[in-house]
Formats: sequence, structure tokens, C-alpha cells
Amino acid sequence: MEAIFFIILSIIIIFSSMMVILKKNPIASVLFLILALFSTAAMYVMLMAPFIAAIQIIVYAGAIMVLFLFVIMLLNLKKINEGGAVTLKILGVIVAGLMMVVTAVVLRSVAIPADSGFLRSSPEGFGTVENVGMTLFTTYLLPFEIASFLLLAAIIGAVVLAKKKL
Amino acid sequence: MNITYNLPAIGTQLVLGAGVILVLLADLLTGKKNRDVAYQTTLTVLVLAGIICVMKWGSAGAGFGGQVFGDGFASFFNLAFLAIAFLVVFNSPNYLKRNEIDHGEYYMLILIAVLGMTFMSSAGDLLIFFLGLETMSISLYVLAGFHKSRARSNESSLKYLLLGAFFTGFLLYGIALIYGQVGSTNLADITSYLAGSANPLGGYMGVGLALLLVGLLFKMAVVPFHFWSPDVYDGAPTPVTAFMSAAPKAAAFAAALRIFYDPAISLGLPWDKTLWIAAALTITLGNFAALAQSSIKRMLAYSSITHAGYLMIGLAAGNELGASGMLYYLFTYGFMNVGAFTIAWLVNRRGEGNYLLSDFAQLGSRNPVMALLMSIFMLSLTGIPPLAGFFGKLYVFSAGVKAGLIWLVVIAVLNSVVSVFYYLRVMVIMYMREEEGLKDLEKAPTVAITAILCGLVILLLGLFPGPLLDLARESVLSLL
Amino acid sequence: MLQTAIILAKIWGVLLTLVSLAAIMTWVERKQSAVMQDRLGANRADVLGLRIIGLFQPMADGLKMFFKEDFVPARGDKFLHTLAPMIAFFPALLTFAVIPFGDVLRIGTLEIPLQIANLNIGYLFILAFGGLTIYGTVLAGWSSNNKYSLLGGLRAGAQMISYEVVLGLSLVGLIMVFGTLQLDIMVKKQGELLFGFLPAWGIFLQPLGFLLFLPSAIAETKRVPFDLPEGESEIIGYYTEYSGMRFGLFYFAEFIEIIVLSAIMATLFFGGYQIPWLYAEGFQFPWGWEWNLPHLLVVILQIGSFFAKIAFFCWLQVLIRWTLPRFRYDQLMRLCWVNILPLAVLNIVLTGLVLMILN
Repeated sequence: MEAIFFIILSIIIIFSSMMVILKKNPIASVLFLILALFSTAAMYVMLMAPFIAAIQIIVYAGAIMVLFLFVIMLLNLKKINEGGAVTLKILGVIVAGLMMVVTAVVLRSVAIPADSGFLRSSPEGFGTVENVGMTLFTTYLLPFEIASFLLLAAIIGAVVLAKKKL
Repeated sequence: MNITYNLPAIGTQLVLGAGVILVLLADLLTGKKNRDVAYQTTLTVLVLAGIICVMKWGSAGAGFGGQVFGDGFASFFNLAFLAIAFLVVFNSPNYLKRNEIDHGEYYMLILIAVLGMTFMSSAGDLLIFFLGLETMSISLYVLAGFHKSRARSNESSLKYLLLGAFFTGFLLYGIALIYGQVGSTNLADITSYLAGSANPLGGYMGVGLALLLVGLLFKMAVVPFHFWSPDVYDGAPTPVTAFMSAAPKAAAFAAALRIFYDPAISLGLPWDKTLWIAAALTITLGNFAALAQSSIKRMLAYSSITHAGYLMIGLAAGNELGASGMLYYLFTYGFMNVGAFTIAWLVNRRGEGNYLLSDFAQLGSRNPVMALLMSIFMLSLTGIPPLAGFFGKLYVFSAGVKAGLIWLVVIAVLNSVVSVFYYLRVMVIMYMREEEGLKDLEKAPTVAITAILCGLVILLLGLFPGPLLDLARESVLSLL
Repeated sequence: MLQTAIILAKIWGVLLTLVSLAAIMTWVERKQSAVMQDRLGANRADVLGLRIIGLFQPMADGLKMFFKEDFVPARGDKFLHTLAPMIAFFPALLTFAVIPFGDVLRIGTLEIPLQIANLNIGYLFILAFGGLTIYGTVLAGWSSNNKYSLLGGLRAGAQMISYEVVLGLSLVGLIMVFGTLQLDIMVKKQGELLFGFLPAWGIFLQPLGFLLFLPSAIAETKRVPFDLPEGESEIIGYYTEYSGMRFGLFYFAEFIEIIVLSAIMATLFFGGYQIPWLYAEGFQFPWGWEWNLPHLLVVILQIGSFFAKIAFFCWLQVLIRWTLPRFRYDQLMRLCWVNILPLAVLNIVLTGLVLMILN
């Protein structure tokens, strides 16, 4: 059952991610990106992390992508101009293809040890709000606080750069 | 969940963090026209943080369950960041007023950048390291574009942001793979995993470490990940350039030592070969590009690429001498660069975006003190004996020889000889070239004090390199 | 098998209730406006001469929408034009899934919790899906190929994104007090008593939180006084180019949002299905009286009280809509970022302090 859901979700995610770069209309790209992010949230639910799933939808699908859409609508990009020479494109395809082959070979050749973090199963109540909160505010308190300074810098920076008159 | 926080371990960071909020509020409350309060608060915060850093030197131990370290290594770098930031901030108001970008946010962003760097140098966990790096980078992206009305500044900011975000992806992917393999982001856990594994680079570990290294090399501006730095350095406001060319580079090297030094020493990972090629390319490319520059800012940008290459030798050597040499080198290099950039913008007379070497003409007679100081910086960057730059190079090179990287050191020494040409050209212009229509320099006491301080530090550390080197060696020992 | 049947029954029950309530709401809105503006409202629709105070009007509306010309503007994006009203409509419906409309119903040994999905993330689910409705409005504006629609869509996007922030923040205090996001536990905790007599409803625990939540929530539904995205009377909004059933979906979505919003307010701040002093065994008044009731009656009373509360808040929103004039856009933004946001943060800090002292 889980495997079926996983395969369906994976197909949706991969398909929509591909469409993000294949679609020429930026609005369609954004919509497919939303779909990809949304399906990723579903994947989190399957990984017993409902909190992260909700945050994924609220933050990425619900807020950030709206701003993407916003900017694209304001710029009124209808179609992306196809710049670049054909040789460049062919070169790009070759390089990307080679990268994919190399990555595939490396990843396939790897035997994942049983004690590695990839295979560790999550403890009971792993992704619930209570546990995430508890971990965040005890073990990972410091990263949490640093992240708040990071966001402060980003907010101030955005205002500094965007505001005409400071 | 029991976890000992041990707040003294992040004493410096606590002061800086409180300082950020304080500066923000101070600037908000003291009106629109006057930035003096923000300026003074920033300097006070930096000094206070420095005092805490020195008071707690190397004695604070691990904090937050081994996520941060307040050891000697962290203290050493934190002091370096604070000193560089202090000097940069100290002479900034002049520049900011001249270019009409005198906003309080400038000081706050520099403080946040320093905060990020201090977390990079004291990180005991990849998570902390990554957050520190991003905090630093985000502030720098904005600082690079702080001169909003100039297209070049915008270009600089945008290039830095886009490429930085791109390479952050590599870094994060590397961290994710390492986490997947080890099951922890803690550096101690990673080291013990590497030590206990029969095939330490097997699985995803090798790929993960390589991607992590790529991310770091980008921040160090090492070939082949250097292409952003000349344009970014050139377009950014000059004090920011001075800051960027010294402090983030040191932070990236600090993080590299933190993450890789222990495994490299104890396990002999085969990473010196990769770094060998990168170092050789970086030194040569930076050097020959610097030769062709007519703008002092771009020349110094390429020179900073070259210096990253020299530092890579210490990293590739992977021994104690190399690491302590790097610490010494980075500490002194910051002073040289800040001094050189500061004089450069004072001398500049055609406005931003036009930093010509010829602006230095007749500086020897127009302002002998500045000319002398500039000569000291140039000579020190070249690596002429009694100055600090010489000893930095000496230690790093001899570490390379000790590690058997003879050919790499030969390449580096040959390149040092080439670099004499472009560093000394500045002096030649200052003392020998005649030019029409030169004006007296603007009177800027803070700039003069900054330059004199930098010059003094370089001279003193050059004449008496012992204490600083001992301190560096002690700091490196705290890494193991 | 039985479990699946029960779940399906619950889903259908809630769906039908919501849709018919929304239909009734269209009538309520008309009647209320008519009463407040001293005119005769919605009383023309009749079936065989039977008018019953205009209650046939919603049916007439529905019929009209089905048979009206379904128009897509030339050079508009046909697919998105169709998709947009659906995106606006379905998330609003979905959010009701986590709202408990009654306590556990016991039939023999069978225990049926009167809630479709009891999620650990509870309120976050509502925020997540509520946030998706923005796409409906923004895409509707864009796909119409009309400047005014586009601007309306952008106004909607900016407004909803902004108010989503305060919508989340104003409730943090409440979540801190209850210590959970699970809505059924929240409601259960509101069945307790404060000082021995006052029901521990959210409004008494978090008065400031409610005062901040109400305007933010109304702003999320884009109704007067926050109806700038639409501004039907003069500035024209995102669904100008809509007609027929596609418009009908937007129209319907608005009423569903009103109902869902009322349900959320009732659940979070007014004790959900709780009736003061009514427990599983019956009434136990603080002054010592007891009145035992059978289980089924208690459940019915609770469901009844929940829907009574919903009805009250729906009415309140209609009242607000016909009372207040519209904000200007800068006032709207200032209200959100300058007034509500700091107060919401203050509320969190104060709540934290109080909780710290009490512990």
C-alpha cells in the first residue's frame, strides 16, 4: 500500500518537476512547481512527519509560490525567449547527460550500510508537533536562534535593497 | 532531553547578537540624519565582544552538547573577525557619507555577518556551520549591493547572490549525504565514523565530503570556483570589499580546518591531491590576471585569489605547521588588505567604479605617510622579509615542503616572484610617476588611524612573529 | 468495512450540511441587507405561488447560474480560467475535515468520533489549505486577460498573504494555552471550568487573541470591509470576467468560507460543541444542581449547540458586512502590519509570561 502511494507520488513529483523546466509559459512552470511542492508535502506525511508536511504547504506552496506568481504576473512574462545557440544547447544536453550517468553509476554502486542514517527508522511519534517543538527548543535551540538572525539579516537586507528611500 | 548549554562557549556571539538588536534600535531611535549613535554602538559592541573573546580565550569548552566550541581555535578566528570588522567599520562613515549611502543598516549587517563568521569558526556541527555561513552570506549579498544607485554595485550583489545560492545547493546536498551516511551532523560523530569505518569514503561519504568542499572552495574563491570574486569585489562599496576579501575568506578557511583537519591528520584522507591542483591553478591564475589590471580594486581582488591559493597549500599539507601557518597568514592578511583597500578609496579621485592605479601618482610627495603605509601593505602582500606577509608565506610553504608537496611550493614561489611586479608597480607609481591635476587628499582622520594601525600590526607581527605563531599553534592543537 | 462506511457517511453528512448551509447563507445575506437597508428583499421566487419568505431564492440562483452563458474571455487562459474557481472552492471545503462537530457518539460498543479527520497538526491543516485559496483568486485575475481583473487578483494576493501571517500569529497564544494543535483536544479542554464556574472557552483565555483573529479572518474571506480584491461596486475585482457556474463557484466559496470561519471561531474561542456545564452524564451546575441526560440527547444537544454557534457567527459576519464601509488599501495594509502584527506578538509574549508564572 505504502509502496503504491510512494510510486504514484514520485511519478507526480518527477513529472511536475520536469514540467517546471520544460514549460515555456512561466505561469505554468510556477503551477507545476506548486504541484511538486505539494506532492513533496504528501511524501512527508508518508514519512511520519505531518508537521513538516503542513509547514511545507503553508510556507512553500501557500506563501512563497504566491509571491513567485505575483512577480511573474507583474512582469507579465508571457513566453520565455529562447536565447542561446544550438551548439550551446547540445553541449548542455551532453554535459547534463554525462552528469546524470556519473551520478547514477556512483549511486548504484553504493551499498548502504545497515547502521547508516538512511535506514534508521523513526521513533514513535517522531514527526508530531510536540516532538518537533521539543527537539527544536532543547537540542537544536542554538541553530534555531541562529536561523532567527539569518532571517533578520534577510528581512533588513530586502528592505535596504528594495526601498527607494531609506 | 538533557543538554548542557554552557553559554560562555558562545560568549562572543551572545555579545554580537545583542549588539545587532541594540544597533537596530539605536539607529531607529536616533533619527534619520544622524548615524553616529549606530556607528559608536557598533564599535562598542565589537570591542566588548573582543574583550569577552580574550577573557574566555580557549577556556570555554564545548557548548550546546558539542554543537559549538569555545576553544582556542574559535577564539583566534573570532578575534581576527572582530579586528577586521572594527577596522572596516571604524573608517566607514567617511566613505558612506562621500557616497551618500550613510544608512544605519550598514553597521547592523556587518555585525550580523561577523556573527555568522564566529559561528562558522566555532561550529561543532554541520548545521551550525551551515547556518553561520548563510547568515554571513546573506548579509554580504546585501552589503555588496549597498550602493543602490550604482549599477555595478547591483550587479555585484546579484552575481554574488545567484552564484552563492547555487553553491549553497552543493554544500547542502553534501551535508545531506553525509548526514544520510553517518546519521548525524555532529563533527565528532563524523570523525569517529570516518575513523571506525574500513572504507571511510565509501557509500555516499566521499560524494558528500566532495560537495561540501566545493561549497567551501566557492566561499574561499579558489579556482575553478573563483569567477565571481573579481566582479563582486569590484562592484561592492570599497569598505565592504575590504571586509569581504579578508573576513569571509578567513571564515571559510576556519570552517574547512574545523571540518577536515582532524580527519585529514588522523586518517590521511587522500584529499591533498585534489587540493594540490586547485592550489596550483589558483595561485597561477590569480597572479597572471592581477598582472593585467589597471584598477587597484580589481588588482587586489585577483591578488586575494592568489593568496587563497597560497593558503590552500597549508590546507593541502594537512599538518600542524600548515594549519598554524594558515592561522597566522589569515590574521595578518586581513590587516594588509583592509589597509590597502582603505588607502585605495581615499586616494581614488574619479569616483566609484573608477579605481585607477594612476590615482596613486605622486602620492609619495603629496602624502608621504599614506604612501609609506601603502608601500608597507604592498611589500607585505608580496612577502618581503621583515613584514608579516613574509612569515605567513614562509610557514605555509615550509609546511608544504614538510608534507612533500615540493612541486606545489616551487610553483608558489615562482608565482610570488611574478607578483612582485604588480605589487611594486603601485610603489613605482606612487614615487616616480608625474601627473597633472592632482589634488590633495581629503582629510580623514579615521582613515589615517586605520591605515596606521594596520601598518603597525603588520610591522610588529613581522618583527616579532613568535607570539602570534605560538598562539596559532596552540589554537590548532585545540582542534584535535 | 463498517469503519469505511462510517467515515464516508461523515464526509457526506458534512458536505451536504455545508453546501445547504451555504445556500441558506445566500438567502440570509439578502434578507439581512434588506432589513438593514429598509427594503423588501428576496421575495419574488415562488413555486406554485408559494413564497415562504423567499426561501426559494437560493434555488432560483442556482438554476440561473447553471443556465447562464459560460463565458471565457478571448485570449484568456481557458484551462486556468476553469481551474481557478475550483481552487478557490475546494480547499475551503476541505478545511472542515478537521473540525470536530460533536463529542464521541457511542452506539453499543461502537465509538464514533464526530470529526472527519483527527490530525495531530489540526489547526495547521486549516492554515495550510486555507492558504491555497489564494491561488484561486490570483489565477482568476490573471487568466481573465483583463487589466482590472489582474489588479484585483494582485490585491487579493497581497491582502491574503499579509493577513495569513497575522491569522497564524494571533492564534499562537491560544495554542500555547491549550498546549496542542489538535482541535478535538482543544474543544475538550474548553469543557473545563475556570474558577469553578466560568467555562474555559478560548475567548476568556485569550480575549486579545480573539480580537485580533476576527478582523484577520474576515480579511481572509475578502468581505467588506476588506473587499478590495473584489470591490464590486466600483473598483472591479478578480472575477469580473466570470459568469455562469464558474462565477457560482466563487460565490459559493465565499459563503463556505464564512461558514468554515464561523466553525473555526466557535471551535477555538467558544468551546466548539461544548455547552457550559453540560458533561457526558448531563448538566452539573456550579451551584450544585444536577440533571442527568441520556447519552444520545447529550450528543444531539452538543451538535445543536455547535451549529447554533456557527449560525450566530455567520449572522455576525453578515451584520459586519452590511454595517462597515470599505477600507482604503493602505489602511488595510497598515492595519495588518502596523496594528495587528505587533499586538499579536505582544499577545504571544504576554501569554508566555502568564504561563511561566502559573507554572
